[in-house]
Amino acid sequence: MPVMNIKNFSFTYPKVDHPSLKNITLPIMKDKITALIGPSGCGKSTLLRSMNRIHDVYPGNKYDGKIELLDLETGKMNNILEIKKENELIKLRQQVGMIFQKPTPFPMSIFENVAYGLKIAGLKNKTELADRVEQALKDGALWKEVHDRLGKSAMGLSGGQQQRLCIARAVAVKPEVLLFDEPTSALDPISTGAIEELLVELKKDVSIAIVTHNMQQASRISDYTAFMYLGDLIEYDKTETIFLNPKEKTTEDYITGRFG
Amino acid sequence: MRLIVNKIFLSLSVFSALIGLAFLAWILVTLFIKGLGSFHFGLFLNDLIDGGLRNLIVGQFILAGLASIIGIPLGMAAGIYIQEYGRGRYPSIIRDLSDIMMSAPSIVIGAFVYAVIVVPTGGTSGYAGAIALAIMMIPVVINTTDNMLSLVPKELREAGIALGASKYRVILDIVIKAAKVGIMTGILLAFARIIGETAPLLFTSETSNYFSLDLSESFPSLTVSIYDLANEPEESSRDLAWAASFILTVLVLIINLTGRFFTRHKD
Amino acid sequence: MEKIFQKLSLASATVVFVILLGIFLTLFSSSKLAIDEFGLDFITNPDWNKEIVIDAPISSENSIIDDDVVVDDNDDEIMDEDEMLFDEDNEDGITKTVYGGLVPIVGTLLTTLIALVFALPIAMGIAVFLAEIAPKNISHIVGIAIELLAAIPSIIFGMWGLYYFAPIIADLVGGYQVSLLTAGLVLGVMILPFMAAITRDSMNTTPGVLKESAYALGATKFEVIKDIIFPFSKTGIIGSIILALGRALGETMAVAFLIGSIFVLPTAINSPTISIPVAMANNFGEANGLGESALFYLALILFIISFGIISIAKFYFLKKAK
Repeated sequence: MPVMNIKNFSFTYPKVDHPSLKNITLPIMKDKITALIGPSGCGKSTLLRSMNRIHDVYPGNKYDGKIELLDLETGKMNNILEIKKENELIKLRQQVGMIFQKPTPFPMSIFENVAYGLKIAGLKNKTELADRVEQALKDGALWKEVHDRLGKSAMGLSGGQQQRLCIARAVAVKPEVLLFDEPTSALDPISTGAIEELLVELKKDVSIAIVTHNMQQASRISDYTAFMYLGDLIEYDKTETIFLNPKEKTTEDYITGRFG
Repeated sequence: MRLIVNKIFLSLSVFSALIGLAFLAWILVTLFIKGLGSFHFGLFLNDLIDGGLRNLIVGQFILAGLASIIGIPLGMAAGIYIQEYGRGRYPSIIRDLSDIMMSAPSIVIGAFVYAVIVVPTGGTSGYAGAIALAIMMIPVVINTTDNMLSLVPKELREAGIALGASKYRVILDIVIKAAKVGIMTGILLAFARIIGETAPLLFTSETSNYFSLDLSESFPSLTVSIYDLANEPEESSRDLAWAASFILTVLVLIINLTGRFFTRHKD
Repeated sequence: MEKIFQKLSLASATVVFVILLGIFLTLFSSSKLAIDEFGLDFITNPDWNKEIVIDAPISSENSIIDDDVVVDDNDDEIMDEDEMLFDEDNEDGITKTVYGGLVPIVGTLLTTLIALVFALPIAMGIAVFLAEIAPKNISHIVGIAIELLAAIPSIIFGMWGLYYFAPIIADLVGGYQVSLLTAGLVLGVMILPFMAAITRDSMNTTPGVLKESAYALGATKFEVIKDIIFPFSKTGIIGSIILALGRALGETMAVAFLIGSIFVLPTAINSPTISIPVAMANNFGEANGLGESALFYLALILFIISFGIISIAKFYFLKKAK
């Protein structure tokens, strides 16, 4: 069942005439990994960034259509595009987390990094914080490497470790959905492998949407794949189908490397 | 032939660098010789009225300190506005005006403060002097804050927002922290600059021969007194001016170098 | 909380605007007296604080040009009628104090010019050395040394300049130790580091591939600098020069020690004279009424010139890519 429903969604950047996304409809399935693939400029990152409304950091965007998020308490689907108030946007981002292409450790200690989301959500109890941080670092497959230096600066970690730190940080607030924007394209192959394994583990508890320009990665780890081109959703289906038996010619051309 | 021209040109360039260094060395050596010659620890124990420099040194620090208390928060807040909050053309207008003010004549700022504070309040005061120094400090702090904040990658801000932090928390907890070292260096350099200023103080706080903590009157200033002492006919005044110049320069250079070492040892 | 923070930062930014506006308005209003009295003649009149005593008393020989102005036989302006009524001192003569800013204006412009001519070649040489010739660590250390030169307070330059530099110049050139020349030269030493630093930064923006292509063709370092780097960074270099000019215009303390501080037009390059900042520094304490207003008039002129020059540097030459 879907944790998010994107319905007839169009998006236009500020001060631009033409929409970057046109009439997109697709579900994000609960506790599964959905990959967004397509050539550069197809809009996959734009779509991903709409799912936690991070676009709103830069005012002037135009949204059309709906993006519905499942409210775990009520079981209802709410249109997140209707959220206007600042504190509700904040709540949204605690439900839908994001990891970026470039690892973004905050200039603080490892512990402070992971605890940050919890602290701003109001968690003050030191013991509980410590427990949650430990759990998150374990979920992020980083605990073993850093458990004895939690007080050290996060900037001293390697690229792959920093990215896992960002994952642990996002996981700590127990979001429903995690959005990954090309999380391994800045990393070496070994770190990439480690993170791919991590994603497959994480999907047990959290739904994942991942943008990747690496088709092999999409076919390796995702359950569902959406192929996009020039702002349109060309095809969405189970990953096997997309890669072995695509219905659209454009999809097939992309998969077989004829372009992109 | 081309090689000869090349050699000549390069030699001239190296020669220019040596000239620049020579001037620096000449000034520093002069200060050392003349300053150390008149230097004795009594300078730190006596006030100008007794032939010492204590009140002047303390006074200069107090003026610069008060100016910093006013100028640093204002400058940083304005820099944050320009870089983080501003929309439309207003922030870049402010940035441009601030840049222009950075190079504005310091004596004009002194005249301004004279007209708007000294005249209405009926006399010179340490407050007026500190405000003149603050006006000089603000554009420098704005410039450094603005530049250092612009170096912070936007992904860092987005990561904070993506965790559910509000904008001001992202700015305070993450962005400023990331730019912390650069901003501190800039502030230290700004402080070094205003502590060496004379012109803005000439008719706003003037100076005083006595130790004072009363900012509502003329307030002791190391720089203004150097000017006065140098203009007095007595040899002893001149010697004192040299000692004061020596101490002032050492202070300014120490603060300046401290600021630079800060950037080297960042973590 | 967010709103408060936002409003505070906006308010702080506006303070800058308010201060600048305040400076303009204050200078205008404080110099109004002098502007009304002297008008634009202030700029061309070399007499400062001169009492013009005209001996001839009012008589039928004096013609009245208009209701307010009375002239004597030589068409020199005497006081207007109202002032004459209060002229108690001179039963047989009328006086008027006149202020003209020509000397300080000329002094300011000439010292700056001398500073520029002196500093330019040296600053360019230093910039070339730092950017292209010196190996990284030497460039770094020398760069810091140059910046320390910039950090030295103006009054220190005055002290050193007066007691050590000026005598040497006077020996070489003859004439007074305090003069246009010595003030201009020390001013030059002061703007040297600033010009060198900005020029070096401009030169460093030249893309490495451009330089490498030239070297690959067999060009010498001099040719690369002359034909590739300088043309590329030309606007930045000119900007640095103009900006340094803007700063030199406003320099007070060093010039105060060295220029001589007399309101006399320089007859030669080693004549003592005065500049606007020095005129202000020396006279503000004692001036009152018209005299003080004349000083503000000078300040206004200086501010407008500096503002103009710095703006030109900034907007035409030093455009930063954001």
